Amino acid sequence: MTINPDLQGRSYPAAEVYDVGREKIREFARAVKATHPAHFDADAAEALGHRDLVAPPTFAIIVAQKADAQLIEDPDSGIDFSRVVHADQRFIHHRPIVAGDRLVAELHVDGVRAMGGGAMITTRSEIFALALGSPSEGAREPVATATSSILVRGEGQ
Amino acid sequence: MTPTLAELTVGQTIGSRSIDVTRSDLVKYAGASGDFNPIHWNEAFATSVGLPGVIAHGMFTMGSAVQLVSDWAGDPAAVVDFQTRFTKPVPVSDTTGTAGAGAVIEVSGAIGALDADAGTARVDLTVTSAGQKVLMKAQAVVRLS
Repeated sequence: MTINPDLQGRSYPAAEVYDVGREKIREFARAVKATHPAHFDADAAEALGHRDLVAPPTFAIIVAQKADAQLIEDPDSGIDFSRVVHADQRFIHHRPIVAGDRLVAELHVDGVRAMGGGAMITTRSEIFALALGSPSEGAREPVATATSSILVRGEGQ
Repeated sequence: MTPTLAELTVGQTIGSRSIDVTRSDLVKYAGASGDFNPIHWNEAFATSVGLPGVIAHGMFTMGSAVQLVSDWAGDPAAVVDFQTRFTKPVPVSDTTGTAGAGAVIEVSGAIGALDADAGTARVDLTVTSAGQKVLMKAQAVVRLS
């Protein structure tokens, strides 16, 4: 199956809410071998001026890859997940992600470029925090922009 | 001591570290991140798709490499922009039942640029494993006072 060229410019609206928990921040921090106390100890995070535990710089990948899954699993995308290779990744943080944040991600397909029998697909997740205590339709604050390119290898690549 | 922008110069190193990686670390990262692609934990699957064996998640390498910058900056939230290209896979051999690492990732960082107006320093990371550069253009922009 080939990659659908009409994917470029497509967007997927924010779907489910991701609740950032303290234990998830600690678990992710241990998994990337982070030892900074701001990931583990709320007092240490507060001493640096943060509301709660601070997520490591690549934590947003959890939310971004959930957003990407909407595209990869879209039946008309033509993407075979077993042939996907991560080519590049960038995170721009508009403000730190901290425990207690309620995050949503909007996915934008910024580029689709044929490469051999496959394609390079660039996506951008705009990640927002819902205002605390507000319903999901309420105010939201930009938190991070995660851009990633995946190479979908063609047959024989 | 937290670094300040005024005392930094381009080319100055921020240090280095070496990260031992085991298959168990990849399983842990899979669980923590939600990325369960079997190329990161199943040898038979990895070789069936043409890989030399189980490889580390690119995001494991990226995420562990930036710890050098978080610790140097004194606050992980100081990393306001972080990007890389994944150029070579990091094969992790099976050392289950031994004390050995399945791969070692070597990370070093140097100041690549300073922007006094924005109040930021760019740290360029060199990330290698088994003598090969596994990340390219690994750049972390850090906000400093």
